[in-house]
Amino acid sequence: MNILVLIKQVPESQATRMDESTGTIVREAANSVINPLDLHALECALILREQSDTTVNLDCLSMGPPAAVSVLKEAIALGADQGYLLSDRKFAGSDTWCTARTLAAAIAKIGSYDLILCGERATDGETGQTGPALAAMLDLPVLTYASAISRSAGGWRVRRMLEDGYETVETTGPAVVCVLKEASVPRLPTLAGKRRARAASCRVIDAAELGIDPADTGLNASPTRVVSIFRPNHLKHSERLSALDPAGVERAVEKIIAIFRQKGVL
Amino acid sequence: MNSAHQGIWILAEQSQGRIDPVSYELLGRGRILADKRKHPLTAVILGAELPDSELQQLIARGADRVLHASAAELAIFTPEPYSACLCALIQEEKPEILLAAATSSGRTVMPYIAGKMRLGLTADCTDLDIEADSGLLLQTRPAAGGNIMATIKTPTERPQMATVRPHSSRPAEPNSDRPGEICRWEPPAALLSSRVRRVSFERAPDARGIQDAEVVIAVGRGIKKAENMSLARKLAGLLDAAVGASREAVDRGWAPYSGQVGLSGKTVSPKVYLAAGISGAVQHLAGMQTSDTIIAINTDPEAPIFQYSELAICGDLFTILPLLTDKIAASRKQS
Repeated sequence: MNILVLIKQVPESQATRMDESTGTIVREAANSVINPLDLHALECALILREQSDTTVNLDCLSMGPPAAVSVLKEAIALGADQGYLLSDRKFAGSDTWCTARTLAAAIAKIGSYDLILCGERATDGETGQTGPALAAMLDLPVLTYASAISRSAGGWRVRRMLEDGYETVETTGPAVVCVLKEASVPRLPTLAGKRRARAASCRVIDAAELGIDPADTGLNASPTRVVSIFRPNHLKHSERLSALDPAGVERAVEKIIAIFRQKGVL
Repeated sequence: MNSAHQGIWILAEQSQGRIDPVSYELLGRGRILADKRKHPLTAVILGAELPDSELQQLIARGADRVLHASAAELAIFTPEPYSACLCALIQEEKPEILLAAATSSGRTVMPYIAGKMRLGLTADCTDLDIEADSGLLLQTRPAAGGNIMATIKTPTERPQMATVRPHSSRPAEPNSDRPGEICRWEPPAALLSSRVRRVSFERAPDARGIQDAEVVIAVGRGIKKAENMSLARKLAGLLDAAVGASREAVDRGWAPYSGQVGLSGKTVSPKVYLAAGISGAVQHLAGMQTSDTIIAINTDPEAPIFQYSELAICGDLFTILPLLTDKIAASRKQS
């Protein structure tokens, strides 16, 4: 059985920078990490492998600058078998459609998978669109908001967290599953894992090797364009109170109660 | 320009045959866009044989036309039949814009359709408008985890598609005199097959709790540790309020994810939002800035959230919340 986990390299929290001319995220910035939800996806894959009676091959695929090899190595340190990195200037600036298209082209090239796992969204773009779009392109069903995953008779059984409750669904075959943080608790790498990762070499695939149509990848091929970025302006005329001494605290509390009364909630 | 594409569509949602109120927020948004473009507004709804009386509500709230794809297989959301039906309708009728709610189903089916049909899609928009010169849909969303908003366009692909944050705008008001047309469509069996089957469903009604609450008491990093959450819970208990939290408080394990407010959590729009110890990153603001009244308590006089608050209190939540709780409890006893 083959499982693929999609891994994205993201800037460490709060450090995201944008290129103001293109509106895309600066990916070469320092302190990049594995997208936190991808660690949960990887953990699900590792558990499924441990529970399986048959041999499970666990690959990881990422797309990003050459430095993104480090997140694949981190995945290998945690237990993944092989890492693939899609890296080429031609891929840069891809929106979610182009990213999914490029990943789909790579998956068609590197293997066939019984399960493709990814995090529900990445902390930088926060769209959560790449997983479902990829599933559509590979003609696989997609199961989003997964809070648990296990094997079923012919495919996978997934518990999904919805607005009004939990749904359990089963697939009849391969699927793309986008996981929430509830799905697993990521393990830490072992010393042996780290040693293995250091020795491992990830396969880097560029646009030429991938053979992807330039009309399908990169900034210019992307259906969506960021046209402007700005600081939000929902500023209000605030009433300011200083509550740094007991009298101030008293005043602030009275004022809050007055608002509660005025709004009819007290 | 792609003039073959005409009409503004919103994807309405239903559960158990009842229209989900999030649909009315989309109608409010869609009506504004339709009037600006001078295009008709269509509400598309998938489900199992919804009665006219239910569909009529979509017209009362702004739709010129209701397009109902009706089949037993569409009773609950399943990604493949939903996207197959919507792709077929899009190909047939060629709308210019399609909006859906950024709900678990909208955020699943829309990117699936985008993937199938090579369409542009913007996630979690909090503002939509029509660009005056080009007539293009301007899709605005909080971006890049920082303190900025991005406006995004889809210059050529049609329909232009966006998912819209629930509770990021008010629902359209009903007017039962509005005229409108109801079209029913029974999709062919080929569109209804699915490789995914629901085996069970476990209702957890309080999963929505925070979004329906009239008052939200929210805490952030300033609450310092999990044990201090009781300060917020006590106050919330007195007011029948929900307890919310910033992402930082959730990531640190102080508050459950179900209460997370912001871009990667829930969007709320209560009568009063009290933010204690929350500095106010744009991601958080995106989830609460449409609240009626915002009260912020923070020790940092420069906290960004103060600029979004009607009442900005520079002070310590550990002295203010207990006194507030005591006073409200005392006033309850007197009455």
